[in-house]
Amino acid sequence: METTAKKWNMPMLLVELVCILLAIVFLVPFYFLLVNSIKSYGDILSDSAALPAALQWSNYREAWNATNFPHAFVNSLVVTVVSNLLLAFLCSMCAYKMVRNNILYNRVLYVALVAAMVIPFQAIMIPLVQVVSGLGFMDSTAGLILAYLGFGAPMTVFLFHGFVKSVPIDLEEASKVDGTSPYGTFFRIVLPLMQPIIVTVIILNTLWIWNDYLMPSLILQDPALRTIPIAVYTFFGQYTKQWDLALPGLVLGITPVVIFFLAMQKYIIEGIAQGSVKG
Amino acid sequence: MMDRKKRSRLMQQFIFVGPTSLFFFVIVLIPFFLGLYYSFTSWNGISQHTSWAGLRNYLHIFTKDPSFLNSFWFTAKFTLFGLVLTNLLGFALAYVLTRKLFTRNVLRTVFFVPHVIGGLLLGFIWQFIFVRGFASLGAATGWSFFNLPWLGTESTAFWAVVIVFVWQNAGYLMVIYISAINNVPKGLLEASKVDGAGRLQTLRHVMIPLVMPAVTVCLFLSISWSFKVFDLNLALTKGGPFKATESVALNIYNEAYTISRFGMGSAKAIIFFIIVAVISMLQVRATKKREVEL
Repeated sequence: METTAKKWNMPMLLVELVCILLAIVFLVPFYFLLVNSIKSYGDILSDSAALPAALQWSNYREAWNATNFPHAFVNSLVVTVVSNLLLAFLCSMCAYKMVRNNILYNRVLYVALVAAMVIPFQAIMIPLVQVVSGLGFMDSTAGLILAYLGFGAPMTVFLFHGFVKSVPIDLEEASKVDGTSPYGTFFRIVLPLMQPIIVTVIILNTLWIWNDYLMPSLILQDPALRTIPIAVYTFFGQYTKQWDLALPGLVLGITPVVIFFLAMQKYIIEGIAQGSVKG
Repeated sequence: MMDRKKRSRLMQQFIFVGPTSLFFFVIVLIPFFLGLYYSFTSWNGISQHTSWAGLRNYLHIFTKDPSFLNSFWFTAKFTLFGLVLTNLLGFALAYVLTRKLFTRNVLRTVFFVPHVIGGLLLGFIWQFIFVRGFASLGAATGWSFFNLPWLGTESTAFWAVVIVFVWQNAGYLMVIYISAINNVPKGLLEASKVDGAGRLQTLRHVMIPLVMPAVTVCLFLSISWSFKVFDLNLALTKGGPFKATESVALNIYNEAYTISRFGMGSAKAIIFFIIVAVISMLQVRATKKREVEL
């Protein structure tokens, strides 16, 4: 509390003012996006910085229908949630065993996973499409989820691996003595301890999978399966320079993830700080 | 008895590690090695048989493909400016926002929020800002900065992509730097003040050495993001004008899916992978050396 007096000094106030100004600059794009999304085409062209003269809500109705927004939203949700749950579940099991069972296979797998973290997606995308189609998974949500499980595994296992190493083994040994099976030990003793890192992993994977454009664009063709980035991309392509429709489409596109962020902000910020320590 | 125990161990290994191994092999490892093989062929993605091309694709890329070298040059320049500017801004924001400001929680949220929106949607949003928004701001303020043809010329389009990249990612690095700065023991900062060090000296000789692990992470992240940049260019400029903002990732994509040269695309992808791997290793090694243990 000795700093309360300091709080009011001039330089700090100036710093605060500069920060607020910069924050306004950061928010300007959102202002343009929102304000122009409810203007008529003519108003957008005449002055995009002004507040709307008349509110044209029909822009949203048209964008909503043209992108088939509810559909795209549900598709994105299914892909993100299922990929996330499976990644967290399977990779936590995998990382746990890799730490506790120090055999050659697991050591080699760990090195391969860490090395794979730097593989750019473009380096595998061409044969990846071939493999997915060879397995008969092209143009299906299952195929997309399968691709995320494989491509998300390196970082997910890496984060869990770092965490499990810090979990004391004593508890597991005690539970083994009590006669719990190895599976019970993992699910009842270890998994609950891993909760903080699970939150981190889910947040990092959500931000990536929800916003990903390239993977679904390669695997999905059926318009009914489109995720939000694909729907927006297609829509934007059809209505280039038709800003009165493109902008409300973009607003719809960013709304779910911005709401998710504002609601989960505390966990997201902590999760990122956590995740970076392990890197 | 011994046998059963061994079998149960093997079973556990299989159940715990098996599924993830399988997905990793099928989605990452097998495609990676297939890609390596294709890079030595002239496969076009459709025909059944492929002819062996040896090192011809690689030779062609280095000697007869100015577009790849251009995209590489763009990516290198972009990475340099992108990583310096995002880290400087991210660190500066963290440095200021760990002080006792009234609005600091709101400010942290504002600076972070662009990151949660994907590169594709951000690119589209900024396309509007550069095309229409800046024109209106230019008319209102009369500043020539806003009246530049931002996406129309090669040099301004480069900076347009850099601006959006910094806007998108500085807040993420800020979060990492904030947590690192909060972990610097207060006692050390006090001690440095007592010893008569000015604010800048404390920053340079006490704070920065102690947050070096965060610098390692942030450099790694920003290099990886900027080197692999794809969605942002695709949405903002489509690599134009005249391929001036075509990143390596976009160049590979176009090679494979626009002109259907999968063999050539694979060779480019392998080169890309090697460069990313080498840069990541060099960078982590270089910054790790500067980390200090408490």
